[in-house]
Amino acid sequence: MAENIQQRGRGFSRELFERRLGRILKWLSILFFILLTVFPFYWMLNLSFRPFQDVLTNPTRMFPRPEDIQTVIAPLSCIFGGDPTFCESAIRNSSYAAVLIQFNFLTFIRNSLILASLTVLLSLIIAIPAAYAISRLYFRGRQAMNWGTLLIYMFPGIVIAIPLFVFFVRIQQTIGVQLRSPVGVTLIYLATTLPLALYMLGGYFRTIPIDLEEAALIDGATRLGAMWRITIPLAAPAIASVALFVFMIAWNEFLYALLFLVENPNAWTLPLGLQQLDSQEVPRTFLMAGSVIITVPVIILFLLFERFLTGGLTSGGVKG
Amino acid sequence: MATAETQNATSGQPKKRGTLTLRAREARLAYMLVLPGLLLVLFIILFPMVWNIILSFQLIRLGDLSSLNLFDFSNLSLDNYVVGIGSRFWQGLRVTLIYTVASTTLAIIIGLWAALVAREAFRGRGLFRAFLLFPYIAPVVSVAFIWRLMLDKNFGIVNAGLGLEGADAVGWLTSRSLPVSIFGVEIGVPIALITVILFEAWRYFPFAFLFLLARIQAIPEDMYEAAQVDGATPSQRLWYVTLPQLTGVIATLFLLRFIWTFYKFEDIFLLNGGAAGTEVLTVQIFNWLFSRRNVGVAAAIGVILALALMVLVIIYNKWLSTQEE
Repeated sequence: MAENIQQRGRGFSRELFERRLGRILKWLSILFFILLTVFPFYWMLNLSFRPFQDVLTNPTRMFPRPEDIQTVIAPLSCIFGGDPTFCESAIRNSSYAAVLIQFNFLTFIRNSLILASLTVLLSLIIAIPAAYAISRLYFRGRQAMNWGTLLIYMFPGIVIAIPLFVFFVRIQQTIGVQLRSPVGVTLIYLATTLPLALYMLGGYFRTIPIDLEEAALIDGATRLGAMWRITIPLAAPAIASVALFVFMIAWNEFLYALLFLVENPNAWTLPLGLQQLDSQEVPRTFLMAGSVIITVPVIILFLLFERFLTGGLTSGGVKG
Repeated sequence: MATAETQNATSGQPKKRGTLTLRAREARLAYMLVLPGLLLVLFIILFPMVWNIILSFQLIRLGDLSSLNLFDFSNLSLDNYVVGIGSRFWQGLRVTLIYTVASTTLAIIIGLWAALVAREAFRGRGLFRAFLLFPYIAPVVSVAFIWRLMLDKNFGIVNAGLGLEGADAVGWLTSRSLPVSIFGVEIGVPIALITVILFEAWRYFPFAFLFLLARIQAIPEDMYEAAQVDGATPSQRLWYVTLPQLTGVIATLFLLRFIWTFYKFEDIFLLNGGAAGTEVLTVQIFNWLFSRRNVGVAAAIGVILALALMVLVIIYNKWLSTQEE
């Protein structure tokens, strides 16, 4: 092939020229993209360690000063006890400690963890059997269900939110069950992530050869037994990615949390807690400490399980 | 094939329980397995969807919810639609369309560029790909706040980095119009709208990137080799081999992102609350509901958006089925 190209004198030089230019452009682009995607997160970290006063006077300072970092980590010495007056002011001045303790982010972390984990667990319990039925069993209405799944998947949150809000208020007044609570929000997360879970799991179930199950059926297993012992274990990778996606969606979700939890500060999730922190009395840099607290777990999860997640992203296309 | 089998299944129904055909038993098992999910969706999505239609014909304010009777159909009227579809609605629709089309197009272009960069292996490509997904996976609340601080008029890194201080400082998210002079002619640029469009493109180009990268990597190598033998240079191979292979994916991406961006609420709500000429229809619904406390009008605009969605999803589904053939 190389000889082939060399026979064409002009083509060869243009080929070479474009290759070199392409290589330069490629590395410039890589640099540009890394700056574009990483810099904002770096800036979040940078601001989260600096006093707001310093940000106002030196908006372009690229690194926190050593004394700023000192201020932020000062409350660490209070973990094992310390002078109460010192500790109190240390906590007030340290962005992270203030956000975690004074502004209750510890509670919000707990709330978010519980809510997201519960959603994942229930979502798998509901979605695995349903996905199995849709991909493996024949029944009337299966096609309608596929359609409904797509429609619900696309359905805009804000449109559902209006009647749900009215509905939940009415339920509380007629039968006394408060659904403007973590329970109600969990139900909503379950319903809105169900299409994604069905889609990803169903797609995976279809790739598992049916012969394996048939062999088990011949050996006397029931249909449910075959599902439980053969198909589900084989679908472990898909189940893992559904679990991760649902966790991340529940962890990041903001709109429903705002609508249904805002009146009860003890039940706030991290995104809602952060949004509520946004007021003039709170230094802007504390907002960034709060952002770091929400974002870092997501990024760590993503980096750990990137393989599961990127596959799911392209196969199902996670709504966002 | 599926219909023949389901018919087969139902013809077996009338027999006694113990002697149900295999198909009928299979169908019964299937219904049991989908039941919890079905109930959940019925309760949380379908019922509210239907109720939303009724609400849109009732005159309800947020404070009246306690005295509301769901089955009271005596006072139905079209007033909500008359009030809701005013000049503010049309302005909102215009902003929504500009925002959606511009940010979708931009996200796909940037995503395509990134995918072309990452197409061939290089040292650290895995990490590069992971970095590129950060904007997409990070919680919307934190990315919105990060950009709000970076774009702040007084202490934001963007203004400071560009040397825009004092009277020159730009309110990226807070000013409706920025006078810019081009060849001596002063024109007003809708700066806040442009900023939210750029934010949206930044946040969602990774999605396009992943899709396009997967498609590019599926293009058979011998197509490039054949083109090279024919004397096509790298830029020609890109233009005549790669891009034509991507048109289907790009169209799918455009539809998908168009739908999702059209109904996006959180991003603009958190960036600037729909101020300075960025009030898209979803934010408008929220404002009707909680600022003006008018449930009926919010529901009416919701119904219109839902109808538009049905049309969009039908188009999307039709498109997907033509792609699969």
